[in-house]
Amino acid sequence: MTLILFSYFAAVIVATAIGVIASRKPVNSALALLVMFFHVAGLFVLLDAEFIAAVQIIVYAGAILVLYLFVVMLLNVRAEEGYHRQFVVGLVVGLAILIEAVLILSRSGFADRFPPTVSLAPSAAAIQGNTEAIGRALYTTYLFPFEVASLILLVAMIGAIILAKKGIFGKEERRK
Amino acid sequence: MIEMAQYLIVVLVTIGIVMVTVLLHVAYLTYFERKILGWMQDRMGPMEVGYHGLLQPIADGLKLFFKEDIVPAQANKVIFTLAPILVLVPALIGFAVIPFGRDTIQIFGLTFRPYVTDINIGILYILAFASIGAYGVLLGGWASNNKYSLLGGLRSAAQVISYELSLGLSIVGVLLLAGSLSLVKITEAQGGGMFHWFIIPQFVAFVIYLISAIAETNRLPFDLPEAESELVAGFFTEYSGMRFAFFFLAEYANMILVSCIATILFLGGWHAPFEALSFIPPILWFVGKVYLFLFFYIWIRGTLPRLRYDQLMMFGWKVMIPLALANILVTSVVLYFVKG
Repeated sequence: MTLILFSYFAAVIVATAIGVIASRKPVNSALALLVMFFHVAGLFVLLDAEFIAAVQIIVYAGAILVLYLFVVMLLNVRAEEGYHRQFVVGLVVGLAILIEAVLILSRSGFADRFPPTVSLAPSAAAIQGNTEAIGRALYTTYLFPFEVASLILLVAMIGAIILAKKGIFGKEERRK
Repeated sequence: MIEMAQYLIVVLVTIGIVMVTVLLHVAYLTYFERKILGWMQDRMGPMEVGYHGLLQPIADGLKLFFKEDIVPAQANKVIFTLAPILVLVPALIGFAVIPFGRDTIQIFGLTFRPYVTDINIGILYILAFASIGAYGVLLGGWASNNKYSLLGGLRSAAQVISYELSLGLSIVGVLLLAGSLSLVKITEAQGGGMFHWFIIPQFVAFVIYLISAIAETNRLPFDLPEAESELVAGFFTEYSGMRFAFFFLAEYANMILVSCIATILFLGGWHAPFEALSFIPPILWFVGKVYLFLFFYIWIRGTLPRLRYDQLMMFGWKVMIPLALANILVTSVVLYFVKG
C-alpha cells in the first residue's frame, strides 16, 4: 500500500515538476507547482511527518505561491517573454546539480549518517506526536542551526524593508 | 476483511452525515442572514415561499441550478471552471476534523464518533486548507478576463495573506495553553465550567481571531474583494448559475467553519458553561455556540460600513500582527513561570 502511494506521489511530482518548467504560460506553471506541493506534502504524510506536511502546504502553497501568482498577474507576463534566454546559465547550473545528486546517491551511506536519536522513526513520532518530536529536536540538538537560520531570515527581512522603503528614508533625510 | 468493511462503512456514513448537515446549515444560513438583516432594517425578509419564507433557500438553490451557465468568450475555460471547485472543496474539507460532540453512538454494533477523524495536527490541517481557498478566488478573478474580476481577485489574495498571519498567530496562545494541536484535545482541556474556557486567559487572542476570521471569509466590513460600489461584484462578476452558487456556498461554509473553530478554541467546544446545565446534550451546546458566532457575523454586517483598502492593510499589518505577537510573548512568559 505504501509503495503504491509512494509511486503515485513520486510520479505526479516528476510530471508536474516537468510541467512547471515546460509550460509556456506562467499561470499554468504556477498551478503545476501547486499540485506538486500537495504531492510533496503527501510524501511527508507517508513518512509519518504530518506536521511538516501541514507546514509545507501552509508556507509554500498558502503563502509563497500565492505571492508568485500575484506578481505574475500584476505584471501580466507574456508567454514568450522572460523565458528561455538564460539557456546557457541554466545548462551549467543544471549540470552541477545533476552531478551533485549523482554523487550523493552513489555514496549509499546516506541513511546511516543521521544520528538515530533525531530520526523521526514512526514509532517514536507516534508515541509523543511528531510536533513535539520536531520541537524537541529543533530546540536541543539543532539549536545552533535554528538560531543561525532565524538570524539569516532577520537579515533578509531588514534587507527587504530597506529596499522597499528607499524613497521614504531618502525623504526623511532631506527634511532634516 | 469484515473489520475493514465495518471501518469503511462507519467512516463513509460519518462523512455523509457531516457533509449533508453542513450543506443544510449553509443553505439555511442564507435564510437566517436575510431574516436577521431584514429585522435589523425594519423589514420582514423573505416571506413568500413556504411558512415565513422557510422554503426560500430551496427555491434559490433550484433556481441557480437551472440557470444558464455562461463562460465569457475570452476567458481561460479550464481555470474558469476549476476556480469555484478550488474555493468550495477547501471550505468543506475542514469539517473533517471538527469534533461536534462528546458521545459516541452505537447503531447495529457499529460505533459512530461525532467527528470524521481526530488527527494530531487538526488545527494546522484546517489552516492549510483555508490558505488554498485563496487560489480559487485569485484564479477565478484572473480567468474571467475582466478588469473588475482581476482587481477583486488580487485584493482578495493580498487580504487573505495578510490576515492569515494574525489568524494563525492568535491561535498560538490557545495551543500553548492546551499543549496540543488536536481539536479534540483542545476541547477536552477546557472541561469543568465556563471559567476554564480559553476565552478568559486569551481574550486578546479571541478578539484578534474574530476580526481576522471576518477578513478571511471576505465578509463586511472587510468584503473589499467583492465591493459592489466599486468592483461590480469583484472576483465573481462573470460567474453565473451553479458556478456562482459554488462561490456563495463556499463563503457561507467558511463562515460556519471559522465559527466552529472559534467555538472549539475559545468557548470550550461542546462543554456546558455550568455543571447544572450539562443535561442538555453536548452537540446542542456546540451548535448553539456556533450560531452565536454566526449571529455576531450578521450583526456586524448590518452595523458597520466597509473599510477603505489601504486602511484594511494598515490595520492588519500594524495593529493586528503586533498585538498577536505580544499576546504570544505574554502567554508564554506567564506559562513558563506558572507551570515551571
